[in-house]
Amino acid sequence: MRTLIFRTIAPYLTSLMVLFSIFVLLRGHNDPGGGFIGGLIAASAFAIYGIACGVSPVRRALYFHPMAISGFGLLLSTLAGWLSFFFEVPFMTGLWTKVSVFGLPVDISTVLFFDIGVYLVVVGSITSIALALEEREHG
Amino acid sequence: MAAETVDISHAMVMAPATAGDWLVVAPVAIPILFGALLLMVRHETRLHSGLAIGGLLMTLATNIGLLARILNEGPQVMTMGRWLPPFGISFTADALGASLALVATLVACVCAFYGLKDIGATGRRYGFYPFMLLMMAGVGGSFLTGDIFNLYVWFEVFVISSFGMLILGSTHQQLDGATKYAILNLVGTTLFLTATAFLYGIFGTLNMADIARKADAMRETGPLVTLTMLYLLAFGMKAAAFPVNFWLPASYHTPRIVTAALFGGVLTKVGVYALLRVLVMLFPDERQVLSGVIAWVAAATMILGIMGALAQSDIRRMLGFVVISGVGVMMAGLALGTEEGLTGTVLYAFHSVLAMTALYLLAGVMNEIGGSYSLHDLSGLYRKSPLIAALALLLVLAVAGLPPASGLWPKVLLVRASIDAGQPWLSFAILLTGFLTTVALGRVYILAIWRQKEAPAGEAAAAASPRIGYAALVILTVPVLLLGIYPDPFIRIAAAAATGLIDSSAYVGAVFPMGVQP
Repeated sequence: MRTLIFRTIAPYLTSLMVLFSIFVLLRGHNDPGGGFIGGLIAASAFAIYGIACGVSPVRRALYFHPMAISGFGLLLSTLAGWLSFFFEVPFMTGLWTKVSVFGLPVDISTVLFFDIGVYLVVVGSITSIALALEEREHG
Repeated sequence: MAAETVDISHAMVMAPATAGDWLVVAPVAIPILFGALLLMVRHETRLHSGLAIGGLLMTLATNIGLLARILNEGPQVMTMGRWLPPFGISFTADALGASLALVATLVACVCAFYGLKDIGATGRRYGFYPFMLLMMAGVGGSFLTGDIFNLYVWFEVFVISSFGMLILGSTHQQLDGATKYAILNLVGTTLFLTATAFLYGIFGTLNMADIARKADAMRETGPLVTLTMLYLLAFGMKAAAFPVNFWLPASYHTPRIVTAALFGGVLTKVGVYALLRVLVMLFPDERQVLSGVIAWVAAATMILGIMGALAQSDIRRMLGFVVISGVGVMMAGLALGTEEGLTGTVLYAFHSVLAMTALYLLAGVMNEIGGSYSLHDLSGLYRKSPLIAALALLLVLAVAGLPPASGLWPKVLLVRASIDAGQPWLSFAILLTGFLTTVALGRVYILAIWRQKEAPAGEAAAAASPRIGYAALVILTVPVLLLGIYPDPFIRIAAAAATGLIDSSAYVGAVFPMGVQP
C-alpha cells in the first residue's frame, strides 16, 4: 500500500480526519456525534497513517503508548463522575458551569470531560489494535 | 436561559448524596480508577503491585463500610446521574450483594499480594494488575448493581478482563483453554442478553426493584416461566452448573495459579449470585415451578463434579472439578428456596470463595516447594514444610465440610433445610458429595504430603521457603477457620441476605422510597 500518491496524501488526510473527529466529539452533546464515534474516526486516521507510512512514525507521532492514552481516557471519565462527590449529588451527575473565552460564553460540564474520556479510550484501544495488526503484517 | 427556574424534582433525586451514600458506588469506582492508573503506567512495572494492592485495600475498606451500613440501615441505593429510578441506572446494595462483594475483594487483595511473586515483570507488562483491577470492578458492579441490563454490562466487563488474565504468557495450552472459555462464556452472555431483551419486552423496565414489584401483575399474561428458564440456562452457564459446565475444567488449569485462584474463588459465585437475584427475588413463583429441575441440576452438578475430581491426578484440574461440585451444593439451596436453604447457599458462597482461592494458592505453594502439580511427582511435603501440612489439612477439611473449618455450617444448614422441605434425597446428595470430596482431597493429602518417596533429589533442593505464599495462605485460612469455629456473625449476615431475597419489600422500598405508582 505504500504507493507514492498514498504516502503523499496520508498526512493531510490524517490531520483532516483528526480535526473532524474533534469536531464530531464536541458537537456530540446536542447533535449526532460524541466521544465514541469521534474516537473511531481518529483511530481510523492513525490507521491510515500507519498503513501509508509504517507503524513506527505513528507511534512517534502519538508520543504516548496507545494503551496509556486509553488508560488516561478511562481515568478522565471516572474522575468526571467522581467530581459529583464534592457537590453532594450522585455519581456521574452532570455538573455545568459557564466560562468566558475571549468574551464568548462557553458551557463546560463534567459530561464533556466524560465524553473526552470515552474519545481517548476508543482512540487508544482501537489504535493499539490497528497498529499491532499492522506491525504483524509487515514485521 | 431559564434553566434555573425549572422544577427538577419530578425527574431528579433531590436528597443530597452524602459520603455514606457514596459507599454504594465506591467499591466499583475505586477499582476502575486504579485500573485506569495502572494502564497508564503499564511500563513502570515496579509501581504495579503497590498501586493494585493499595487500590484493592481501599475498595475493601469501602466494602466493609457499605456492609456495616446495610446491616444497620437496610439496602442502600444510589441512582446514577441523579435521575429518578427506574429511568436512571440504580446501584442497589443489599446484604447479599455487599457481603459477597466484600469476600470477593478480600480474596482479590490476597491474590494481588500473592502476585508479588507469582507474576514477574513480563506478566506485569502484559497487564496482569490492570486486568485484575478492572475484573474486580466488574465483579463488584455485578454484585452491587440494581439494574439487570447493567448487570449484563458488568458481566461483560469482568469476562473480558478475565480473558486478558487467562492468556497471560500466551502459551499454546493457555490459548487453547482461553478459546473454549471465551466462546462458551460469550454464548452464555448472549443468552443473558436475549433473556434481558425478552424481559424488557414484557416489563418495559430493567430496574430490578421495579421488576420485582411488577412481576405479580404480569404472572397472568407474560411468559415468565420461559423467561426464568432462559435466565437459569444463561446464569447456569456462568456458574458452571451441570450440563453447561464443560468450559471450566477445560480452562481453569491453564493460567497462572494466582489467576486460577481468583477465578475459581470468585467468578462462578457471580453466576450463583445472579441466579439468586433473578430466580429468588424477581421470579419466586416461577422458581417454584422449576424447582424440580433445579434440584436435579444441583445434584448432578455436585456429584458428577466431584467424580471428575476423583479421576484427576493434576491438582489444578482436580480443583476445577471441586469448584463445580461446590456450585452444585449452592444450587441445592436455590432449588429449595426456603429461608434456611438460601442462608445455607449464601454461607456456602462465602466459604467457597475463601476456601477455593486458598486451595488454588495452596497448590501454587505446593508446586513451589515440591516442583510439580502432579500427584505422581509430589511427595513428602510435610517434611519440607510442616506449616503447609497443617494449612492443607485445615483447607481439605473445610472443603470436605468437616469441622473445625468453614465448610461445615453451610452444609449443616443445607442438609437440614432439604430434610425440612421434604427432599431427603437432596440432603443425601450433599452428604455423598462431602464424602467423595473427602476421598478426592484426602488422596491429595496422602499422596502429596504424607507419602514418603525416595527423593529424586533434583530441583526440589533449590526450593526456598515461599514466604509470600505462606503469608497469603495464612491470611486466607484465618477467616476459613473463623467461619468454622465462630459462625454466628456470618450466619446472621447470610440470613439477612436470604430474608432480603425472599421478601424484597426493603429492597424495593429503598429504590422507590415514596412508593411511586408503577
